[in-house]
Amino acid sequence: MKTVFTRTPTLKDCLTHYCPGCGHSIAHRLIAETIDELDIRGRTIGIAPVGCAVLAYNYLDVDMIEVAHGRAPAVATGMKRTNPDKIIFSYQGDGDLAAIGTGEIIHAAHRGEQITVIFINNAVFGMTGGQMAPTTVLGQTTATTQQGRDAANEGYPLQVSELLALLPGAIYVERCALSGPAQIQKAKKAIKHAFELQISGAQGLSLVELLSTCPTYWRLSPVKAMEWIENEMTKVFPLGKLKDESQRPRISV
Amino acid sequence: MAGKIIINTERCKGCGLCIAVCPKGSIIISKKSNKSGYFPAESSNAECTGCALCAIICPEVVIEVFREEDVPADKPGKKSRKGLIKDKA
Repeated sequence: MKTVFTRTPTLKDCLTHYCPGCGHSIAHRLIAETIDELDIRGRTIGIAPVGCAVLAYNYLDVDMIEVAHGRAPAVATGMKRTNPDKIIFSYQGDGDLAAIGTGEIIHAAHRGEQITVIFINNAVFGMTGGQMAPTTVLGQTTATTQQGRDAANEGYPLQVSELLALLPGAIYVERCALSGPAQIQKAKKAIKHAFELQISGAQGLSLVELLSTCPTYWRLSPVKAMEWIENEMTKVFPLGKLKDESQRPRISV
Repeated sequence: MAGKIIINTERCKGCGLCIAVCPKGSIIISKKSNKSGYFPAESSNAECTGCALCAIICPEVVIEVFREEDVPADKPGKKSRKGLIKDKA
């Protein structure tokens, strides 16, 4: 019999610490498969976030570094500028990228750093106990918005990808969801495209946002959580390519 | 049987996503728990076509999929995707 699916070598053969049904481990697998398919395992450096995925370096068998909360794009800037032949990616959650690290990601995109950012958006702060995140959708119940998020009190969900797509320094911004086999395959294509852009030396930042499940703090079963992404989350965070200027000519003065 | 899956039941956390996407409904939750205390998924493989949808969605990557050569898989996904959305009400 032919093997149709098996664990890719870059994904370490170990049990993860994630809750049952968590989207993080799906995202890890997609990144690991992309790295193997593009054969860049030897020259890839990843940056782990602070958040649930803080132990990402235990699961991805590439060089990884752990940096201060939200500062991954700043560290990635230094790494890419000093090692232009290396492939640098940062893996950031919504607490990391959309809350404490908003300044870093906006300025990294603004400067057009040639890095790849994988942004996991699960609309909640998972590691600290399910508090409201900037990306929490209106009406969503969390530990700190027990009546549901109310725009009058807590403001509106932050759509970071739309924000970054406006900046000329970002060349590729796409939002995908990890809400079913078809969407997962689309997400993998997007991640691969983002890495390919960096490999080709494209002048700018590539970012893939992944809507991911947090069954524990959404207080839903894993299957219901995937449905919640499709039914509720995609209304606030519409899927699709927000920007793709991969053909943009190189500008030098 | 055109396909076969092998589930590493000791690593499985019993989230049930593979059960929701299997177009043939041939995966069930075991009655016996594993060492971590989860009730893992198990498959009879009776109707497995080797479409690999369960492996694509499995967060823990505990499913390995095999398929007989020269047997095309059933149109994967169609039924299962509906299945995920159908119960939304």
